[in-house]
Amino acid sequence: MNTPILQMRGITKTFPGVKALQDVTLDVNRGEVHAICGENGAGKSTLMKVLSGVYPHNSFDGDILFENEPCSFSSISDSEKRGIVIIHQELALSPYLSIAENIYLGNEQAKNGWVDWRKTNLDAAKLLARVGLSENPITPVQHISVGKQQLVEIAKALSKEVKLLILDEPTAALNDEDSGHLLDLILHLKGQGITSIIISHKLNEIRKVADAVTIIRDGRTIETLRLDEGQITQERIIRGMVGRDLESLYPDRDPQIGEEVLRIEDWSVRHPQDHTRMVVHNASLNVHKGEVVGLAGLMGAGRTELAMSVFGRSYGTAMSGKVYKYGEEIDTSTVSHAIGHGIAYATEDRKHYGLNLIEDIQRNISMAGLRKLVKRGWVDKNRETVVANGYRKSMNIKAPSVAAITGKLSGGNQQKVVLSKWMFSDPDVLILDEPTRGIDVGAKFEIYTIIAKLAAEGKAVIVISSELPELLGICDRIYTLSAGHITGEVPIAEASQETLMHYMTKEKE
Amino acid sequence: MSALRESLGFLTSRLRQVGIFVALILIVLLFQVLTNGILLEPQNVSNLVVQNSYILILAIGMVMVIIAGHIDLSVGSVAGFIGAVAGVMMVHWGWAWWLAIPACLLVGALVGAWQGYWIAYVGIPAFIVTLAGMLIFRGLTLITLKNQQITPFPSELRALGGGFLPDISGGTSVLEWLTVILGVGATVALLIQALKERRIRKKFDLENEPMAWFATKTTFIALLMLIITFLLASYRGTPIVLIVLAVLVIVYTALMNNSVFGRHTYAIGGNLHAAELSGVKTKAVTFRLFVNMGVLAALAGLVFTARLNSAQPAGGTGFELDSIAAAFIGGAAVQGGIGTVAGAMIGGLIMGVLNNGMSILGLGTDYQQLIKGLVLLLAVGFDIFNKNRSGGGGSTIGKRFKFRTSPPATTESQAPAEVKDQAKDRPVPVSAARPE
Repeated sequence: MNTPILQMRGITKTFPGVKALQDVTLDVNRGEVHAICGENGAGKSTLMKVLSGVYPHNSFDGDILFENEPCSFSSISDSEKRGIVIIHQELALSPYLSIAENIYLGNEQAKNGWVDWRKTNLDAAKLLARVGLSENPITPVQHISVGKQQLVEIAKALSKEVKLLILDEPTAALNDEDSGHLLDLILHLKGQGITSIIISHKLNEIRKVADAVTIIRDGRTIETLRLDEGQITQERIIRGMVGRDLESLYPDRDPQIGEEVLRIEDWSVRHPQDHTRMVVHNASLNVHKGEVVGLAGLMGAGRTELAMSVFGRSYGTAMSGKVYKYGEEIDTSTVSHAIGHGIAYATEDRKHYGLNLIEDIQRNISMAGLRKLVKRGWVDKNRETVVANGYRKSMNIKAPSVAAITGKLSGGNQQKVVLSKWMFSDPDVLILDEPTRGIDVGAKFEIYTIIAKLAAEGKAVIVISSELPELLGICDRIYTLSAGHITGEVPIAEASQETLMHYMTKEKE
Repeated sequence: MSALRESLGFLTSRLRQVGIFVALILIVLLFQVLTNGILLEPQNVSNLVVQNSYILILAIGMVMVIIAGHIDLSVGSVAGFIGAVAGVMMVHWGWAWWLAIPACLLVGALVGAWQGYWIAYVGIPAFIVTLAGMLIFRGLTLITLKNQQITPFPSELRALGGGFLPDISGGTSVLEWLTVILGVGATVALLIQALKERRIRKKFDLENEPMAWFATKTTFIALLMLIITFLLASYRGTPIVLIVLAVLVIVYTALMNNSVFGRHTYAIGGNLHAAELSGVKTKAVTFRLFVNMGVLAALAGLVFTARLNSAQPAGGTGFELDSIAAAFIGGAAVQGGIGTVAGAMIGGLIMGVLNNGMSILGLGTDYQQLIKGLVLLLAVGFDIFNKNRSGGGGSTIGKRFKFRTSPPATTESQAPAEVKDQAKDRPVPVSAARPE
């Protein structure tokens, strides 16, 4: 049982300016289910990309031994030839093609250059039976649920005679029932001798299927826990995932918390495409004047979905629940209504949702509050420049002038432009989604200082973050979300990384 | 020496805006030589303005639509249809011009509202809606005209196409004085405005253009305006349609730069999602853009009909392509978010001078089309080349060539954030709609 199938030794992968992986070691035994755990950004996905050849063999240091033979993959097709198949978190299926066509995409069952449809569909049906999916192979993939699509991906992997199956957060997009099916399937495949590596945040899932758990933190291997040695416990995994020193410092704050500004009650949101999936379940939370409230949760917990659905229904469908400001119910059904009620939402994805990258700094800053600059029907461009220059100085945006194009700024400076935009709209409540994502340490401190200043000015601030030390460093109170449920509300005095991680991985009652 | 280098650096950073203008001048000079001076003869300059006016009017609306990231293929048919409607109103029903012109513009607005509804609120791509519109309004033109041209139009309308402002000197002077007054007045106003702008920018401590560059540019433009004034004044004066066009250019330039609506148009084209999440009512803005396009197409149709003095079944055919070409030659970006009204005017003039110059030379439409096609391709190709260059971070010509020799960054040398972006850009998988 304990013969190794995969050994990764001393893997180091560097991106310009960032060491994503440092001397990582991973040993996977034949026929086991091996889980990889770690916080968002710890380097799990990078490691799997190294293994599967997404990053070619000369782009990193270290050795990979598969079935005791050294591997030097230069693309995914190389690793697939050896029987290593990776299924990404975002499925790579073509929605308009049939199940069978998707299974054999790139590997068409052809005779003399013509597709043999009989063989394609019959073989696909056999594979579907193996993964326990009772669908007609000629059904277009867009007509089946996400859970079933995940099974199609696995059937596709089986068609390539997979020996080592890598699943990157396979249940992140699934409901409970589909997740259960998928985990059962992984165990079933294990019975057929297929080794699996599963990346997951969900500790209960790991406890259910994993024979071994390797914990990665900040690009390094922390330890590998083995089930047969009785090491896999929730406490042990959490300790391994969060146990690091606080490296960055946080500005001192003297919170002056006033009356309640915003209250969200029984807020529920469904997935925009898959209406059976509840992304947020009856969430209730509030935030007070001068308070910084954290929203913690792992990937897929529904933090961004909650924030965006409240902000002008920018995400999801069929939402229910109420939003109150200063005790009165308000209408946030469009973004302009939400802004009108003094709510601002700074997105986690600056490039796609936050900035007009081909436009200059001043026009980005004025975008949400443009009407405030209107004088006699026209935008007062001089005042606009003065306003933008004011923010450039107060927020310390490093750019030659406010006429600089935002697409050319660094991540930290772009984030300051986004924050300036929302500060200019003069909100009472700011929702900041991953405000320090993709920003270097120095700029992070500046962002924290800005958040502290906003709270001191009497704004109510909600911070969504995947970095627990950050939330612990700047918040007065932290809500935890898990699978769309608010699972905890922790005052800062009682909060620690362990308690938060406990609530973040907690199942609903 | 350093001032020179500074100016040169500035010039290369403005390569696109300057380049297109220089290209127009070079093309004018080229044809001036090739045609033995006929191109810039007073009568021909006057013709040039009148001949191209309706394309330029269309190009104003078109560049706005393109900035928002859309396209309008129907403007030629709409212009033809409005010509037909004007024919029915003025010739068959005998409506006065002051009633018929607003009525035609209103019909244009309704046409725009029809297309805008499908594009903005139903969500059908503008390419499809306006391709359908191209057929629909050509069909309606034929139905309205019963396949026969309508002519003649009353003189008041014809003045819009080929008329001139009254000669206040009564034909006694070599130069037409009203034109001189208007031309010199406009030039002085422009100079005052430019100086005022520069002073304000200084007051707010903003980056200003280098003095040498500013002086050269302003002097050059002023000189150009005086030359055109002189040429127009030595023929029959100011064409009425030039006044219409000048007013439109000034109003729409201001609208695009200094109004909330204009800003929202740029924001939508630059990043639709970011605009939406900043509270921009993207659907309403798109709808209004197409209503505006409809009105301008109606105006272009009126001018064209007035010039021909007849409403014809095939009137306006191909206008959409000329106006789209004008916008793109003038620097509008295919992806939206970039473009100016002034640029579209220069682009339109380049096409116009090419047309006019080649006609004088007696080149057939075969070669004319070939050359115009190549010019469009080169202009947009230059744009993309230029953009890659600035994407590489350089702003000097030297760096541009360096960029060409060094291969683009490969996947393994990219930062993790960019890798993530790549994943987002690939074909959308079925379940990719999760925002986390």
